[in-house]
Amino acid sequence: MKRKKNLVMIGLLSLFGVVFLGGCSNILLFHPKGPIGDAERFVIIVAIALMLIVVIPVAVMDVLFPRKYRSTNPKATYMPKWSRSAKIEWVVWLVPAVIITILGTLIWHFTVHLDPYKPIDTGVKPVNIEVVSMDWKWLFIFPDQNIAAVNQLVFPVGVPLSFRITSDTVMTSFFIPQLGSQIYAMAGMQTRLHLLADEPGTYLGQNQHFSGRGFTGMHFKAIAVSPKEFEAWIQKVKQSPDKLDPARYQELEKPSANYPVSLFSSVTPGLFDGIIRKYNKTMNMNPRVVKEASESIHLKTGVSEGN
Amino acid sequence: MFGKLSLSAVPYHDMIVMSAVYGSLLLTLVILGLITYYRKWTSLWKDWLTSVDHKRIGIMYIILSLVMLLRGLSDAIMMRSQQALAAGASHGYLHPDHFNQVFTAHGTIMIVFVAMPFLVGLMNIVIPPQIGARDVAFPYLNSVSLWLTVAGAFLVMISLGVGEFSKAGWSGYAPLTELKYSPGVGVDYWIWAFQIAGIGSLMTSINFLVTIFKMRAPGMTLMRMPIFIWTALCTLVLMVLAFPVLTVALAMLTLDRYLGMHFFTNTLGGNMMMYVNLFWIWGHPEVYIVVLPAFGIFSEVVATFSRKPLFGYTSMVFATMAIMVLSFVVWLHHFFTMGASPDVNIFFGITTMIIAIPTGVKIFNWLFTVYRGRVRFTSPMLWTLGFITTFSIGGMGGVLLASPPADYVLHDSLFLIAHFHTMLISGSLFGYFAGYSYWFPKAFGFTLNEKWGKPAFWCWLIGFYFAFAPLYILGFMGMPRRMYHYSNLAWHPYLVVAAGGLALILIGVLCQMIQLVVSIKQRQDTRDLTGDPWDGRTLEWAMSSPPAVYNFAAIPTVYDIDAFTDMKEKGIAYQKPDRYHDIHMPKNTGDGFINGILVFLFGFAMVWYIWWLAVLCALGMLFLLIVRASDDDTEYTIPAAEVEEIENLRYRQLASAAEMNRLAGGRGEPEILPQV
Repeated sequence: MKRKKNLVMIGLLSLFGVVFLGGCSNILLFHPKGPIGDAERFVIIVAIALMLIVVIPVAVMDVLFPRKYRSTNPKATYMPKWSRSAKIEWVVWLVPAVIITILGTLIWHFTVHLDPYKPIDTGVKPVNIEVVSMDWKWLFIFPDQNIAAVNQLVFPVGVPLSFRITSDTVMTSFFIPQLGSQIYAMAGMQTRLHLLADEPGTYLGQNQHFSGRGFTGMHFKAIAVSPKEFEAWIQKVKQSPDKLDPARYQELEKPSANYPVSLFSSVTPGLFDGIIRKYNKTMNMNPRVVKEASESIHLKTGVSEGN
Repeated sequence: MFGKLSLSAVPYHDMIVMSAVYGSLLLTLVILGLITYYRKWTSLWKDWLTSVDHKRIGIMYIILSLVMLLRGLSDAIMMRSQQALAAGASHGYLHPDHFNQVFTAHGTIMIVFVAMPFLVGLMNIVIPPQIGARDVAFPYLNSVSLWLTVAGAFLVMISLGVGEFSKAGWSGYAPLTELKYSPGVGVDYWIWAFQIAGIGSLMTSINFLVTIFKMRAPGMTLMRMPIFIWTALCTLVLMVLAFPVLTVALAMLTLDRYLGMHFFTNTLGGNMMMYVNLFWIWGHPEVYIVVLPAFGIFSEVVATFSRKPLFGYTSMVFATMAIMVLSFVVWLHHFFTMGASPDVNIFFGITTMIIAIPTGVKIFNWLFTVYRGRVRFTSPMLWTLGFITTFSIGGMGGVLLASPPADYVLHDSLFLIAHFHTMLISGSLFGYFAGYSYWFPKAFGFTLNEKWGKPAFWCWLIGFYFAFAPLYILGFMGMPRRMYHYSNLAWHPYLVVAAGGLALILIGVLCQMIQLVVSIKQRQDTRDLTGDPWDGRTLEWAMSSPPAVYNFAAIPTVYDIDAFTDMKEKGIAYQKPDRYHDIHMPKNTGDGFINGILVFLFGFAMVWYIWWLAVLCALGMLFLLIVRASDDDTEYTIPAAEVEEIENLRYRQLASAAEMNRLAGGRGEPEILPQV
């Protein structure tokens, strides 16, 4: 009977193993392609390891204690009045406290280090990208090159990417899992994100935050290419007959999901700031947003964003 | 005349919805037919619908919760099967509009109409007897709260067949829930159902807070309260402080939608993050509201079935209070990704992690209660042991999500879904199931069948791991929550496994249904004559099962934390009082029930813009309030002679139980020798 139970357990565990480890290379967050995602994977692994110090003993005690002290086992000690032990209580308060202190310190450091607003300093001038979340597609504007693309993000490897993000609809979340951090896109506000890809490749990009009927069709390919290929791509986009003028934008604004990749050889100047401004008839009081907004005015007057 | 309501509001064209509608209608008809056939209408009205007895109100809460659990589960079946099918070229069988309603309804129902009524029902059944009281502080208010919750649940149910439910997620983030992006009646149904049930919960919390503070038996100081009372107390404090925030947030959203205001709109200075903040200032304490009473249940169960006092009572009390305080300073961890500065994220990340410390203490205290005990593996104990490991694993996920850098990649993914389902299923639901089988004999006078109870537990536990372990992995694979369709085929096998896990859970649910039927059929053999089937430690086991309407003929005096164990050891547990006194009890009243109907109609009228009906119902409620407030004849007296008669019956029952126990050779159970 007992052996049969053990066999069942082993069977279940191996089934788990096969299913979960089988698709290992697909586990995107464990295969980051940039320093941000890499650091975030490190945090996840360290945190899990630290917590296992508590979780494993709990799981073991949860099986062994009831087994040993089952009522049908008269050999086990029974202390019907025992309910207090200063020693044990010190340990159960202190061990989790120590672990959380260590983890807290680590998190403090990494939260500052991985602030999505913090520029990535590699000595290379970053590529500026403006991201607009729409129903249900992503618009990427390259203000310095004056080009734009829908549902496709092409960028150079090894060059920091400096994103300014807003939404022309409900709240969404801009996320390329293998590069790291996501950040909300909110109408009338601007959020910032800095990412960097180490390796060329095509990565999944998506809206992580539910935003209505077409939400599932709101994803894009994030394509990391060599700087040379990136230049070539810019030239290719510049040849596109499609231009993002106000009329074209109005058409783009209509709700649609799984929108085909579109490339625009030119963009109405100030489009991104205009999208934010149209929601801000009154002043936004969030100091960070105000600060960013004033920065963006500098950008428009031709001052480049030096790091 | 009927506002926006017309016949086209019924979704005739949708086969899936209509079959659910017809199914619910058929079931309702069958139940009504059965009531008529057995001529139970009078009894239903006199003994149940108009009852202000905390025990009956508790039972009605739990019935509501179990019915809604079935509805929530059928939503889960639809989501899991849709996601198991809708990969790549296949789009499954649900339209996105329908799928979005399903997950919104699932979340709303499971939190507001399953978890809340279940815990309030258990509190109703357990709190007054555990503190040695005859009823709650405000029995009529208790009835009002119940029928408000039922009214909210009916609004959700009727949205199935008349109109639609919200498609914007259970948390209802603005601006998606604003009129511009959700013009239909779905969000309005969601608002009013949520709002009405929320107000019911707020009233409950005030009621029970007063009950615990003012109605404890003599000798029961705060530090002698059973641990369930402590966890309930902390829960109630959370409810009193958190629910008004929800009320306000929903009211502001209502103003936006009904009167064109712009608290949370994109334009005119509205700010959606204000809604998100307000929602989670309620929402995070709410997580602890549904989990703390379960902690209390586990504590009672683990002590009783290990035949030992709870280890580290004082630690447990302080741990619970620490969680209560901390739960109000962590809400921002639900949106680390909004672009707040690192300082803000660090503060909320670390406060969240600190909660792991008192929670860890609790886990170890339960384990050390088992240590050197005499463990009986009854189903309440199994739920508890299953919870301990599962909850610790879920807690690991919680600390991960509390780390802003990890949350930046795991936010809004299926990892999050897996995490909070681990916490809510193992932490809350397992706890309620443990409480359900633990206190069932107290409420009904017979025990639940264990032959069906144990397989139910194993199916739930194993099914749970198969249903949610894949979702943890899918989170690491970058899959967002709430997808009705996906093109990434790598996700597909995991979702198939998850669907299989749900199937196993459903077998568990089936076992529970059979268990209930079998237990009712065998109730003559499993009758609990002593009122103390488990060798319990707290005062509720001193009463008969089911208890007399007044609970205690004479209010007991408390000298220890485990008051009843203490009485049994001193040999005064079943002592007959010198003489009986008249007992004053609250009279039954239909006002609470009628108020519930009016509130339901009011909510329905508001959803459909039927203004005259809304005004009429509001006036009706006001009228009812005045009538009730001017009624001075709300109590009746049970004469001492009648009390004596009931109590003598109880002593005869105890004597026969002792006789049966002697004949059965005692079976190692402590012998019950009532001192008649």
